Amino acid sequence: MKEIILNRLSSAIPNVQLEFSEYKNELTLQIAKKDVVEVCKLLKNDTELKFIHCEDVTAIDWAKRKNRFTVVYHLFSLKNKFRLVVKADVDESDCNIDSVSSIWRAANWHEREVYDMYGINFNNHPDLRRMYMPEEFEHYPLRKDFPLLGIPGSLALPKK
Amino acid sequence: MGLEAKLTQDGFLATKLDAILAWSRKSSVWPMPMGISCCAIEMMAAADPKYDIARFGSEVMRFTPRQCDLMLVAGTVTYKMSHVVRKIYDQMPDPKWVIAMGACTSTGGMYRSYPVVQGIDQFLPVDIYVAGCPPRPDNLLNALIQLQEKIGRTKARDFQNKPLPELNIIQNN
Repeated sequence: MKEIILNRLSSAIPNVQLEFSEYKNELTLQIAKKDVVEVCKLLKNDTELKFIHCEDVTAIDWAKRKNRFTVVYHLFSLKNKFRLVVKADVDESDCNIDSVSSIWRAANWHEREVYDMYGINFNNHPDLRRMYMPEEFEHYPLRKDFPLLGIPGSLALPKK
Repeated sequence: MGLEAKLTQDGFLATKLDAILAWSRKSSVWPMPMGISCCAIEMMAAADPKYDIARFGSEVMRFTPRQCDLMLVAGTVTYKMSHVVRKIYDQMPDPKWVIAMGACTSTGGMYRSYPVVQGIDQFLPVDIYVAGCPPRPDNLLNALIQLQEKIGRTKARDFQNKPLPELNIIQNN
């Protein structure tokens, strides 16, 4: 399966950076963030790959690393019964990545959740609002520098 | 407030009427089931034939706050939900009481984290706290009995000259 993905992607997209790794029979594909939409489109539409199910979009905060965030896409191919993890690094100074919600509609809310919790902006997202926290909340709770108990006074309580 | 407003002295009639009013009030406490999470399951169990909250006159769970005397807050209250809980409490007619059911509602419980209000007494006046995670239905009934004792001690003048709540009326021009 790894060879098929590698062949298909490298023949269709010129100069694409692909880096494979495997852990416990799960294949991970590291790509550059500028290629996200092209790679995902191919993974979904290619007749042999057919990764039509976007199971999850999430992110990792590495706190002190140079590229602070990693956006992670969990894809599943029903045709091949194969699970693939696609990762793309995002830096804090340029904290945005292209949205894949035009490819998988399921990614819409997943990306909203990542935006709410990590503050990563998704370009060309149709409706990038906060998912759980109030709209006027200024912080991003799942970042490593956010205290577990929250910031006092950042969330309003009703008057007693 | 109706008849009570006329009874300002502690005469024979007033005290007897106080006792009758308090008795009728405590014997039919209509709860507003504010079931937010898992404590609501135990709250429902308290209403089933085995525990039977009807023995204490509180079986009439009203899903409109306008007809309720008691708000049973059963579950984890997040900051986002707190505004809803307070709005529903404000819609209940006076006199009204609040039971904080379970650890989450009383203190935040095991959710010691940023989105959960660490105790609803930060924005509501709570009368009875019920311990447990979730509390057993007997525990809730015990809280109700204690609340009935508390209501039984009230007098008409406790509810007189209370300041009206601040109303946020949105005017459409």
